[in-house]
Amino acid sequence: MADKSTKNENIISPKIDKTLLALTDAFAFVKRFFVEVWLPPYEFKEVIRQCYKIGYNSLALISLTGFIVGIVFTNQSRPSLSEFGATSWLPALISIAIVRAMGPLVTALIAAGKVGSSIGAEIGSMKVTEQIDAMEVSATNPFKFLVVTRVLASTFMIPILVMYTDFVALMGAFLSVHSKEMVSINTFFVQVFEAISFLDIFSSIIKSLVFGFTIGIVGCYKGYHSSKGTEGVGKAANAAVVLAMFLIFIEELLALQIVNFLRMS
Amino acid sequence: MREKVVEVRGLKKSFGDLDVLTGVDLDLYKGENVVVLGKSGTGKSVLIKIMVGLLTQDEGIMNVLGDEVSNLTAKQLNDLRLKIGFSFQASALYDSMTVRENLEFPLVRNVKGLSKAEKNKMVEEVLDAVGLLQTINQMPSELSGGQRKRIGIARTLILKPEIMLYDEPTAGLDPITCSDINNLINEVRENFNTSSIIITHDLTCAKDTGDRVAVLLDGVFGAEGKFEEVFNNPQDQRVKSFYDYNFIV
Repeated sequence: MADKSTKNENIISPKIDKTLLALTDAFAFVKRFFVEVWLPPYEFKEVIRQCYKIGYNSLALISLTGFIVGIVFTNQSRPSLSEFGATSWLPALISIAIVRAMGPLVTALIAAGKVGSSIGAEIGSMKVTEQIDAMEVSATNPFKFLVVTRVLASTFMIPILVMYTDFVALMGAFLSVHSKEMVSINTFFVQVFEAISFLDIFSSIIKSLVFGFTIGIVGCYKGYHSSKGTEGVGKAANAAVVLAMFLIFIEELLALQIVNFLRMS
Repeated sequence: MREKVVEVRGLKKSFGDLDVLTGVDLDLYKGENVVVLGKSGTGKSVLIKIMVGLLTQDEGIMNVLGDEVSNLTAKQLNDLRLKIGFSFQASALYDSMTVRENLEFPLVRNVKGLSKAEKNKMVEEVLDAVGLLQTINQMPSELSGGQRKRIGIARTLILKPEIMLYDEPTAGLDPITCSDINNLINEVRENFNTSSIIITHDLTCAKDTGDRVAVLLDGVFGAEGKFEEVFNNPQDQRVKSFYDYNFIV
């Protein structure tokens, strides 16, 4: 049921008004997170439980995907480099591509699908079955227990998963390079670390923190605002994935501009 | 003179263009069970949700245990909520937690300094009171509808509330389980000294548990009194048809 405020007449048009209201609501949700994250009581136990859940549940999928990405990217890059007799540059090229862009992006997209949808569905289902109301009437702040903990967990865990993906993808790349170019693991990783700079690693971590926050907050927001029973839960999970992926691409684009600017200056 | 624990005056609430409550007056006295009857969608649940601050009224007074709910700060509202037990229609048990964790959830967040042994004792006591001690390590998904209702009630009892609010306690249950739940509501009043508001459209539940019944019709209480007074010779056609529908169907 809509609240009484919906009796107001439209300011611009129904669609634009609705979009503006949704945006205001989303900003208020994010603002509430930044206020409540500092206020006691702190739900450390739940944050750790969520970290474990996010990390452990994504590990198998991320391992497999990262490894395949490493192999595929190496195999796709080899023909172009071999035209110039530059296959010895493969480790450098791959490490830059993986650490700067592919590791964070692939991990974030997979986590958006797996973690974001799971958060959206879980909180959505709690919302429609009145579990969130039950928390509230037992004098517990559901926003703190459900939203703050999950957003913190995904913000902390995505960078860790990204570093893990980078490592697995580089191992995949090494296997591919080793099988064709007979490069030793030592030589491969010396070239990898020569090619990447502190800024690459630092920007990758910062970017991953932002991706993690996005996945968590979007999943929680969509779940927290779900309605209309089980259909609403499905919609919340779906919308959490779509919106998180869209925002991740936008953030990747912005991060690229910022890092390029820093690199030039 | 009996002590009043809830006083509702001229309560109004609308959702969009739909006026749900249009001037509700209600008193609940200490130790009393009041049943609010009405068809689905008449605003029965809205009334008790306003009582615990889940919704806010548009107009009117909602005074609970001496406090006007809409004027309370978040801290004061939480303090008041600790004195009110709310049993939800669909039980609202936390799916990801065992029965023990469900019961401990409000306890660990609101009662400080409890040892593990004390927590266990309190959990076991309330589970015993609802006759489901054996389910302590089960997940909510492993319980029947009736068991879930009982655990939901146990979870509210663990904080020793002064007022119990039951939202459709017998909805979706078979007649025998309904009768068990009705008995439990009466036992809770006797053993925990609670005053209760029971929201239902089930007349058997109303008859078995209510000291007084109030029938919500078109946003106001159309009839109020003892069950027999209201339904033996109803003047209002809507009350009569509500009674006939329940017992004939």
